[in-house]
Amino acid sequence: MAVNAPVVPETQLNLNDPQVVAEQIKTQHPDAVESVSAQGIVVKNDKLLDVARYLRDSLAFDYLNNVTSVDWQDRFEVVYNLTSMDRGGAPITLKVNAARDNPSVPSLVPVYRGADFQEREVYDLMGIRFAGHPNLRRILLWDGFEGYPLRKDYKEPYYEEEKKPFGSRWDQGYHVIAEDRNPWHDNVQYPANFDAVAYKPPRDHIQPISVEEATASRIHTDKIVLNVGPQHPSTHGVLRLRVTLEGEVVRGVEPILGYLHRNHDKIGERNTYLGNMPFTDRLDYFSSMANNLAYALAVEKLMGVKPPERAEYIRVIMAELTRWQNHAIALGFIYNDLGAFYTPLIYAMEERELVLDLFEATSGSRMMCNYMRFGGVARDVTDDFIEKCKYLVDERLPRRTDELEAYMVGNELFHARAKNVGILPRDLAINYSTAGPVLRASGVKYDIRRAEPYSIYDRFDFDIPTGTVGDLYDRFVVRVAEMRQSLKILKQALAQIPAGEIQTGKKNYQVRVPKGEAYGRAENPKGELGFYVVSDGTPNPYRYHVRGPSFINLTALNDMCVGYKIADMVVILGSIDIVMGEVDR
Amino acid sequence: MAYGLGLLNGLRITATRVFKTYVGDFKHLGRRYNDKLFMERQSVKGSGIFTVQYPEEKLPVPENFRFIPFLVYEPALDADGKPVIDPKTGKEAIGKQKCTACGICAKVCPPQCIWIVRATTPEGKPKPQPAEFYIDIDVCMNCGLCAEFCPFDSIKMDHDYELSNYERHVSHIYDINVLSKPAAYHAKIHPTDWAHEEEERKAKEAKKKA
Repeated sequence: MAVNAPVVPETQLNLNDPQVVAEQIKTQHPDAVESVSAQGIVVKNDKLLDVARYLRDSLAFDYLNNVTSVDWQDRFEVVYNLTSMDRGGAPITLKVNAARDNPSVPSLVPVYRGADFQEREVYDLMGIRFAGHPNLRRILLWDGFEGYPLRKDYKEPYYEEEKKPFGSRWDQGYHVIAEDRNPWHDNVQYPANFDAVAYKPPRDHIQPISVEEATASRIHTDKIVLNVGPQHPSTHGVLRLRVTLEGEVVRGVEPILGYLHRNHDKIGERNTYLGNMPFTDRLDYFSSMANNLAYALAVEKLMGVKPPERAEYIRVIMAELTRWQNHAIALGFIYNDLGAFYTPLIYAMEERELVLDLFEATSGSRMMCNYMRFGGVARDVTDDFIEKCKYLVDERLPRRTDELEAYMVGNELFHARAKNVGILPRDLAINYSTAGPVLRASGVKYDIRRAEPYSIYDRFDFDIPTGTVGDLYDRFVVRVAEMRQSLKILKQALAQIPAGEIQTGKKNYQVRVPKGEAYGRAENPKGELGFYVVSDGTPNPYRYHVRGPSFINLTALNDMCVGYKIADMVVILGSIDIVMGEVDR
Repeated sequence: MAYGLGLLNGLRITATRVFKTYVGDFKHLGRRYNDKLFMERQSVKGSGIFTVQYPEEKLPVPENFRFIPFLVYEPALDADGKPVIDPKTGKEAIGKQKCTACGICAKVCPPQCIWIVRATTPEGKPKPQPAEFYIDIDVCMNCGLCAEFCPFDSIKMDHDYELSNYERHVSHIYDINVLSKPAAYHAKIHPTDWAHEEEERKAKEAKKKA
């Protein structure tokens, strides 16, 4: 997937402007573009693959950020966000329309392999077929599920009303237990003529290897298919890995997801804009502050408000503390997966507790912070907070980072296990749409804080650590280096934080969001967390989609694991640093 | 670096940790559950043993801590101005609910776990007070938005996090009697908030008089 040298010199054209990009597409594919606006380029359904190839190879849009879909009642719209790793800047939006009946869109998997899981998710929840997808099956819901939940005409179990707030809560709000309203046996909807006894799930994707293949090697080994999880300490939650093994060597891994699926997107569409804020805490529950920030950024983009200076600094401080503690835990868990049970993890926990103490004192909760508001933050930080935070950042956290590095990175046993294991080459890492430390460990110097600076990150001096090989060791070391960079940012932010307001305008529980759509993203500890929000001017979002970094990073798991031993697979999975709350959403 | 040095270095760090833990233990010998030492141990400057022996030791929660909301009421006062104790519940008798049943908390609640019945006069006109107030604490996600947006400072987040019990259908639906807590309780757990509210209330009264 080598990126060709751009045909058009970059200095000549502003390729972050959809108009310019559309003109470029027209030169090659004159009848492919239907319309262009600030909201994106609408491309003809049958020309999508050509356009995507052209964008990737000639205009260096080599990274597919996000795939999602919108149900416009009369038609479906599939939305793609593309960026260039080298150029940076805001992603451009590509759109394709699909008919309401039997919707189908060409699959982008041949061009961007990162589209794999994302297209499956769209198929699963919206019912749009992707022609040419190698494995188009449901991904989050089970295969016998009836209906497509993200369509506007779908009614879920315990359905009460189209939008929150529900009318039954006030002013005659007598309490009803939801389960009484919808007895247990009616909780699941089955397809017509469904026979639960005779039902057989569709064949799994990964085929056991052939006999010839298995006996080709000198030593005769058996091929087996092994299910790791969904209840397994090494899968970081309820994740199932369907592993094809030849002896001890992994020949294929297929993550099977959805055990924690709660249709976050649909809940988000029922909720008010503010009401979604605490739900974003539950995505990646290790870094709720950063989730809050990304969501606030997306909605603020639509609203056109900017938080006051002090609030911006508080946001950065919180986000960077989150990054530090998230990486500390991630490193501890990688050691856990290596077999060093809990001692390194508990060492990493100690400082994390102190950081969480700060979160608790400010936001009221250790992990479910619900702290950011549109145009500000919920509460001001106290002087006590600043003082404690300064002590942590100047003294304790650097000391702990050094200690972590000394006994984790320096360990020879770790080198033996981690070096040259689970290699993800640079080209593949980009093509798979991996993000965050996984991408950077493969040698891609890409960080949204630099590529498309949000909040006030353009004011701080920090480096983007990258790896060279893209192996497990690099992913580990990049995280340690990122912890140091976080501390560097924290030091600057704590020194510069001004006094003043923490909220732009009056605090409002029903914010006015003008019509429009926005893709807001932030560099979360685990990668690019994006929120695609479509507003129709009502108090509830029309469409709300989360680009979960852990979910998309999992797409690359198969390629990272094949050829390594099963014990390595566990560590490789740990090195992606997944959180099931975000994977299954 | 010679092979094995990194390993030894790791063992050195672990050994130091073990040693520090015992130092802490000896330091706290016989007065392990002493509050002052305990808080020192848990602070940003603490070192050595860090685990908390719950439930013998408990970390105090910060003022902003939020758990299940409660309703603030002004207690009924007797002739001396002292709150009357309700013999049935053992709590201070409810004089006046601060809640006006405006319904903002029910509207802002993300999981919609608040149900309010507004009181009416015998003629059927709405009265600014709640007749019923339910919170389904199984559904409540402790986000604190109700307390944040209450214009009358009548719903506040509690500090009591030990709520486990044996049954989930009846006792997990808090009605107005369970939810109501006296203003003194709110003043006790949220001293800063309370002082701020009092200040605002006094300013308002002064304005009215003027």
